[in-house]
Amino acid sequence: MPIKNKSVIFDRENLNKENPKEFLYKALKMSPSDLILEVRESGLKGRGGAGFPTGTKWMLASAAVSDKKFVVCNADEGEPGTFKDRVLLDEFSDLVFYGMIMCGYAIRANKGFVYLRGEYRYLLDKLLKYLDKMHEENLLGKNILNSGFDFDIEIRLGSGAYVCGEESALIESLEGHRGESRNRPPFPVNTGYMGHPTVVNNVETFATVPIIISRGAEWFTTVGTLNSKGTKLISVSGDCKEPGVYEVPFGISINDILKLVKAENTKAVQVGGASGHCVPKEQFDRALSFEDLSTGGSIMIFNESRDMLHILKNFMEFFVEESCGQCTPCRIGNIKLLEGVEKVEAGDCALSYIKELIELGKSMQLASKCGLGQSSPNPFISIMTNFENEIFSQR
Amino acid sequence: MENNKETNRAPISQKPLVIEKGDKDAIGGLVEIEINGKPFKVPLGTTILDACRQQNIHIPTLCHHEDLCIAGVCRICVVEVEGMRVLPTSCSFPITNRLKIKTSSENVRKARRHILDLLLSEHYGECYSCHRNNNCELQKLAKEYGVDSYRFGHVTQRRHEIDRSSYSVIRDMDKCILCKRCVRTCIDLQEVGVLEATHRGDATTISTFMDKPLADVVCINCGQCINRCPTAALKANDPSDDIWRAIDDPKKHVVIQTAPSPRAAIGEEFGLPAGTSMTKQLNTALKMIGFDKVFDTNFTADLTIMEEGTELLLRLKKALVEKDDSVKLPQFTSCSPGWIKYIEHFYPDYLDYLSSCKSPQQMFGAVIKTYYAQLNNINPEDIVTVALMPCSAKKFECNRPEMNDSGYKDVDYGLTTREMAQMIKEAGLYLPGLPESEFDNPFDESSSGLIFGATGGVMESALRTAYELVTGRQVPFSNLEILPCRGFSGVRQASVKLENVKPEWSFLEGVDLNFMIAHGTANAKKVMEALKRGELSNIHFVEIMACPGGCIGGGGQPIPTSKEIRAKRAEAIYKEAAGLTIKKSFENPAIAKIYAEFLTDGPCGHLSHKLLHTHYAKRGKYIP
Ligand SMILES: Cc1cc2nc3c(=O)[nH]c(=O)nc-3n(C[C@H](O)[C@H](O)[C@H](O)COP(=O)(O)O)c2cc1C
Ligand code: SF4
Repeated sequence: MPIKNKSVIFDRENLNKENPKEFLYKALKMSPSDLILEVRESGLKGRGGAGFPTGTKWMLASAAVSDKKFVVCNADEGEPGTFKDRVLLDEFSDLVFYGMIMCGYAIRANKGFVYLRGEYRYLLDKLLKYLDKMHEENLLGKNILNSGFDFDIEIRLGSGAYVCGEESALIESLEGHRGESRNRPPFPVNTGYMGHPTVVNNVETFATVPIIISRGAEWFTTVGTLNSKGTKLISVSGDCKEPGVYEVPFGISINDILKLVKAENTKAVQVGGASGHCVPKEQFDRALSFEDLSTGGSIMIFNESRDMLHILKNFMEFFVEESCGQCTPCRIGNIKLLEGVEKVEAGDCALSYIKELIELGKSMQLASKCGLGQSSPNPFISIMTNFENEIFSQR
Repeated sequence: MENNKETNRAPISQKPLVIEKGDKDAIGGLVEIEINGKPFKVPLGTTILDACRQQNIHIPTLCHHEDLCIAGVCRICVVEVEGMRVLPTSCSFPITNRLKIKTSSENVRKARRHILDLLLSEHYGECYSCHRNNNCELQKLAKEYGVDSYRFGHVTQRRHEIDRSSYSVIRDMDKCILCKRCVRTCIDLQEVGVLEATHRGDATTISTFMDKPLADVVCINCGQCINRCPTAALKANDPSDDIWRAIDDPKKHVVIQTAPSPRAAIGEEFGLPAGTSMTKQLNTALKMIGFDKVFDTNFTADLTIMEEGTELLLRLKKALVEKDDSVKLPQFTSCSPGWIKYIEHFYPDYLDYLSSCKSPQQMFGAVIKTYYAQLNNINPEDIVTVALMPCSAKKFECNRPEMNDSGYKDVDYGLTTREMAQMIKEAGLYLPGLPESEFDNPFDESSSGLIFGATGGVMESALRTAYELVTGRQVPFSNLEILPCRGFSGVRQASVKLENVKPEWSFLEGVDLNFMIAHGTANAKKVMEALKRGELSNIHFVEIMACPGGCIGGGGQPIPTSKEIRAKRAEAIYKEAAGLTIKKSFENPAIAKIYAEFLTDGPCGHLSHKLLHTHYAKRGKYIP
């Protein structure tokens, strides 16, 4: 499945002209600190959802003192409605791996892991073959391209839990434990895999770095908005004529996205997957960016025929099941939110109780241990607030 | 092999923070912080919770326990830290820079109340029909926060069957709040690893291997999980109804033996501070309740020393004189039934290293239903023996099929300190207000058996006796207190030189008697691994207790437990022991008498082998 629109970054034809291997040459000739500086100047922010500045993350890991450090590529892609990392791994794995090597070089790590979503096992062979080829070409292994830098990449298959995409739960899982997120601080950049400083980045984040190195930070900053530089891959699904993966510049409005994918009669757009926000029609002029509507890539489109309560129920069922079960607000809170939806569905719920549940949701956002519980009330709060009339008038 | 808090499995992120040297925010190792608007200085790396506690600022906790690694899962201890989007848990947050903390802002209060309401909504049952009524951390919080209704509903149906399979520990997962203290106790503190969270989301439960009943997994019955459970999800298997029935039956002669540790702790159940000894009030209470005789387990502790000490000397003789290399050394103590089950499961090939002596509890049972029955002309069939123990594993032990050497079940019931306190209350007695009274004859004199209660006590008693048997002199320590045996470090090692020995022990002349002491099975594991690696070849004798702190920290002792509480209990025992006139087991006249009248072929003789010694089962880790 190719990327649907004309891409600025992930365009194979253009890339081949530039010869991606050269990107790696160039990076390994820079000093690690210059490399980090370049990434920082580009303003690149994490593409996995949280949007943490990538250069800063690398700088923190580089400053941490340890005999061993690690690079982890988060290819768990578990957010409902996201499938853009799959496309990158399938068609741009060279960029992903180069990005990981550059990160390793920058922070002085010699080992990288790709935490590959279990359902993407079918990509494994192809990826392993590609890693072999890189070894043969001295792009991986000892003394890469005679730079004196050693780096190796290992692919680990995920264990099939959504929470394992959360970076600290991912690290627990890599270590062979139950996928449960850790307390923070300490952060993975200080205490990550096996207690060593670890950078965890999304597939797309890594794949973007080689382009930044090749074309320069300045070029990268010409695309996007003030606080969201570059482009974003989005996975569009739902009620539209042309679902698929698109590369769009940050700052693009929902309206423009809907035009791009040929969506009609749209009632609502869920930005950011199950844990994202549900945007009603009146707000379709809002922009995709870290400042406004932030997303790891999932865009779900719902037209006028959809029942918002039903959609919400689906999301909440997902969270009730996918909570790791570790902490109270998320484990029990999501059950209570789902029960609330079911009560409304059965026509036996006072609006005041829903208001009480929205307050509960706010506490969950504040007091849950990890991003899952902190964001799982988002659809409840946004749908119950934005579609209060529809939901309560129908019943 | 020092004891440290680091454990095998605790996620690295949950281990104590190591502060890098030269941290720029660290000024002389102290960080300035602000709590609720007031400035404080705390050592770098202190958690917010500890910092607040040092300032007497109360923060509620549930999953936190000072004996365990940090979990940060209940979330009840959240606080507000300026500049942070979310509310971090104070138990897990190490202070490394100047924080501004609020401990009861609107968001904090709301979140805590929400968390509490959520826990209560899933917590099955009612407080008044719960054995932890008035000693439940969840109930305490509900009161603290003035909960007067179930805001998010309340479960009315059981979702889990109660697991009553074990002789020792009963699990009621409907009361579980998933704080994982039991998991961390079992995996990290004890390194046994029976309990773990399984499934996820709303289906998350604490479970055993393949969800098997507790009786069919490698549970060692130590009950440490019970001691750390904040609610009533775990409890000991309580035989008090049966005991009341026996007391009420005029045909039955009901005899109770009381171990050293319960008397040093039972006062806590009546609101007294830890470390208040209740020995003589307890005697009165037991007689008032209706026990026909109240005996002191110290008697068989002394008997254990005679048997176990003799066994050790015989092993040494075989090894050193007869050069018999089938003799296993070091000899390991066998009084702790948790430890016995642990070694049977985890080191089944090393059972020959164990002393064959029964524990004092089981020796007493066998003696009562034989020697005592004969002396008093009572039909052993009519005797009911109860053992008041600090221990949940003793319940399993008395039910071991081989513990019938008297011809009857040697010990009928093992009763914990907590259950005893309950019986005393039920009888309408206030223990601390009772007059004092003595133990009953003929086992009323005791000696160093009392210090069995604390880790190192068995070793200390054994050394006093063995040293004097071999040299004819007292151990060269002031007031006979062998200080290297005392204290709480996880694994201790020391030695005593045997010089100018009596002629019959000439093979021990100049020998350094090397001994080791370990408590908590995590430390036992360290010792066993060292043994496996062949590193204990110069050690002669090892004392192991399954519970941290020894019996005073046993799984049947009052809840809560902490290092400080255990130290206070140990102090009480050592203080009481210091006042005893007889300090050596072999000088106990009751001991001399039983060997003169009953066990006439002496320690490790034929009859004692029948009644006082036992054998072990190779259990292994897989239980079909
Ligand atoms: C419940 C949950 C699931 C997540 N799943 C993913 C995922 O599948 N892929 C991903 O890249 N990041 C995921 N994240 C975000 C990661 O925790 C982390 O922020 C990200 O991998 C960092 O990389 P980035 O800075 O490049 O975005 C998830 C976060 C949460 C809370
Ligand atoms: S927020 Fe949810 S997923 Fe995250 S630690 Fe808590 S229970 Fe687990």
